[in-house]
Amino acid sequence: MANWFCSVLLKSGLLLLVFVSSFALSPRGAEASEEMLSEEKPVIEPEVYRREIDASEIDTENFELTAFTGLMSVEDFGVNNIIGARLAFHITEGLFFEAGIGRTTTTKTSYERLSGSVELLTDDQRVLSYYNLSVGYNLLPGEAFLTRNLAFNTAFYLIGGIGNTTFAGDERYTINYGFGYRFLATDWLALHADVRNHVFDMELLGEKATTNNIEMSLGLSIFF
Amino acid sequence: MFYQGLVFFCSLLLLVSSAQADDDYPRVQVADPYLEMQTGAGSGYPVFYVIERGEWVQILKRKTEWFKVRSERGKEGWVRREQMEQTLTPTGSKLDLPDVAEGDFVRRRWEMGISSGDFSGATIISAWSGYGFTRNLSMELSVSNVLGSYSSSLMGNVGLLAHPFPEWRFSPYFTLGTGIIQTTPKASLVQTRDRTNNTTHVGVGLRVYLAKRFIVRFDYKSLVIFSSQDDNQEINVWQIGFAAFY
Repeated sequence: MANWFCSVLLKSGLLLLVFVSSFALSPRGAEASEEMLSEEKPVIEPEVYRREIDASEIDTENFELTAFTGLMSVEDFGVNNIIGARLAFHITEGLFFEAGIGRTTTTKTSYERLSGSVELLTDDQRVLSYYNLSVGYNLLPGEAFLTRNLAFNTAFYLIGGIGNTTFAGDERYTINYGFGYRFLATDWLALHADVRNHVFDMELLGEKATTNNIEMSLGLSIFF
Repeated sequence: MFYQGLVFFCSLLLLVSSAQADDDYPRVQVADPYLEMQTGAGSGYPVFYVIERGEWVQILKRKTEWFKVRSERGKEGWVRREQMEQTLTPTGSKLDLPDVAEGDFVRRRWEMGISSGDFSGATIISAWSGYGFTRNLSMELSVSNVLGSYSSSLMGNVGLLAHPFPEWRFSPYFTLGTGIIQTTPKASLVQTRDRTNNTTHVGVGLRVYLAKRFIVRFDYKSLVIFSSQDDNQEINVWQIGFAAFY
């Protein structure tokens, strides 16, 4: 009897021990494994994302769009207002390509005015328009000092190219050359002063003659 | 018309002036002993500020071979490409800014140029742009204006160019292409109508590498104009041009 009682007590005691120990130990085990994990992973993950920099991500400003206005002297046809636009592509710090267009309405020649009734050209033919493709070089880059603390970047450039002038009912192969001054108000905004000679042949007043037609202009440009 | 132009110009201005948010600019770390900031995007402009090794700078923009950067203290200036190449990106690698050198003459992708020459007695002016698929094969689009004594023409061409020796400094090429030409007789002549015809051409040329990004090109094309008249016109076109690649 006592023997039986003892064995029951022992068995229940063992059961209790297992029961309690399983309760007592298991959470500890879980805690331990969690601790081990937490050593590998920080509580707060820093939001660092690293990226490679691609050169194409950097904003480039190699194109320059200019609107200009000024005066153009067309041989025998007076000095008149001209308006136009230019698009430049800067290849290096010195060199750039430029495509330009311009338009002016010429006035009567002295001969027409004196004779009174003679009209050499129709109204349409009096309009001179041109386009050209040129190469320019920033010969004298520099800085202009407006006050003690205010400086602006500038450049004196030479430019020359080829193109086509439509005038007096004909298209004329034209060579242009000249110089200009660029004043950078900001990195992306610039002022221009240009002098350009447009050389083309005319045969309107008798024999063929090469004419020099000088244009002076002021322009405003944006880089993009 | 004027107002449309004004609106277009203003929207263009907005587009240009809308700067990127501060955080968007790529950041690099100075790895050389120092980084020199110049007052302008050109080699003659003076150095006015120096950034020490370990400091971070933001790259704001690029003009040709020059980079505008901003230091941690807010100083802004221009740095040449050779110096920017020595900076480190956030991953610790060197900033990759490919140089344009003679090697790129072989590998170049885009080419753009202007040329002028003779179009069987008339003067021709052309502008072209090309794209290289491989080292040996490229495609080209060109627009030309022909100014003759009796007529003027506008011509557009598309062509394929084969470069058998792209690595040579004087590199020959062969072209094959097709196009369209619109001819307008001069006003002083008896009024005839404008003509639009198809063309095809074969040609040879020579590209000469000058320096940096520049090449000179000599080009000959044998052009056939398919006219509605009895005979097709065959024209020899000789041109010399100046181009840049990138």
